[in-house]
Amino acid sequence: MTPDEVRRDVLEGSAAAAAKAKIPALDENECEYIVDMMCSPSRIWGVERGHEAVMSKDGGTNTLISSRLSCGVAAPIGREAAVRLFETAFAFDTMEVGHLDYSVKPSKFIVSVKQEHMELLQHTTILPLFYGFMPNLGLYYQPDGSYPNPSDLLPMGKIEEARRAQEEALEVCQADVMWQSKMMIGTGADALNYDTVASTGDAEFLAALRATEEITSTTDLPVQVSMASEMVLGFHGQLEYRGTRLAGLWPHQQMKLAEAAGASIFGPVVNNNSRKSCAWNIARAVTFVKACTTDAKIPIHANVGGGVGGVPMCEVSPLDIVTRASAAMIEVGKADGL
Amino acid sequence: MQLKKMRLGEAKRYVADRLHCSLLDLTDSTVMRTLREELDIGVVTGAPGIAKGLEAKARIAELLDVRINCVERLKRKTGIPVRSL
Repeated sequence: MTPDEVRRDVLEGSAAAAAKAKIPALDENECEYIVDMMCSPSRIWGVERGHEAVMSKDGGTNTLISSRLSCGVAAPIGREAAVRLFETAFAFDTMEVGHLDYSVKPSKFIVSVKQEHMELLQHTTILPLFYGFMPNLGLYYQPDGSYPNPSDLLPMGKIEEARRAQEEALEVCQADVMWQSKMMIGTGADALNYDTVASTGDAEFLAALRATEEITSTTDLPVQVSMASEMVLGFHGQLEYRGTRLAGLWPHQQMKLAEAAGASIFGPVVNNNSRKSCAWNIARAVTFVKACTTDAKIPIHANVGGGVGGVPMCEVSPLDIVTRASAAMIEVGKADGL
Repeated sequence: MQLKKMRLGEAKRYVADRLHCSLLDLTDSTVMRTLREELDIGVVTGAPGIAKGLEAKARIAELLDVRINCVERLKRKTGIPVRSL
């Protein structure tokens, strides 16, 4: 691409976000920063000295011990050694304990193993150690779960049945999230991470928000709420939290509800459009995140990784884009972390 | 400090004030390596004698005047007075 083509994509990407979510587009200086960054021949890009931000993590140690499923390297080491490596060899700011099968439904059965890992690791690590898992309401629907699947009911026009199924399933999911969270009380866990929230739409978002409110108001555990996608899909369409309808919410609107629920950190997600350039995607993603950080009272940790935050979906993430997207999130998006 | 809902700038100022260093020092790995050893709050390399794990976290809790869950658990288990909420 020529610099003019890059500039065109940056402007169009930001304008696309602004039009979708009715938020301000990036100003001229911000766009030029992204253009200069994308046109630079430098292999790696970084923030200015003094602008460094904080990293949080999802997926626990899967990057080391899992397979390509999690872009993992299948390292032949245990979970405890993996956490220690993230702290000292990779210099992570925070880390997570979590089950390989990261959803709450499969992981709750072995929570005692996770409690043990958390307690042991708190003795040998210094960095803040979260316990992370995904609400993943989809596992509560048939065939994996017992509730009728809205994805089957909706195409048949059975809208009311689909809504009832979601309303019932979300209660169980919420209870599981709260139960698993409370299992970490007393282990010394520094915080919880509810990851990929709203992956199955507004019902899951409601379950996570209610669980966040319950846990933050009744325990001493901070909660990080990290989203699954840029917009909350309205599989139900009528669910509300504190008078706000959840279907169709964009990141800056999701953030307000997470804040109201008592979350300590909010992680917005912006999905990539694989038919567009990296410049377009980064500009678009940063525009959404900047709208979050402008009004946020809590730290915003933008999700930057495979297929989100401007980084293309690749098994081995390209370093030049990962560093550029990350720096842009902080320098232009004003993210408090990634 | 972000877990206490501090935005990045506020969190950095808070920590820099408590550690009596500048904001730029916080991200200078050379300065911080020395400072962390002086304060005995743990370092990334394997250095015998320097506080590790819970020892370091307990010292960090005092230095930053924050309540850290695992440190409070240690106090409960060992009978040391806990920090109030």
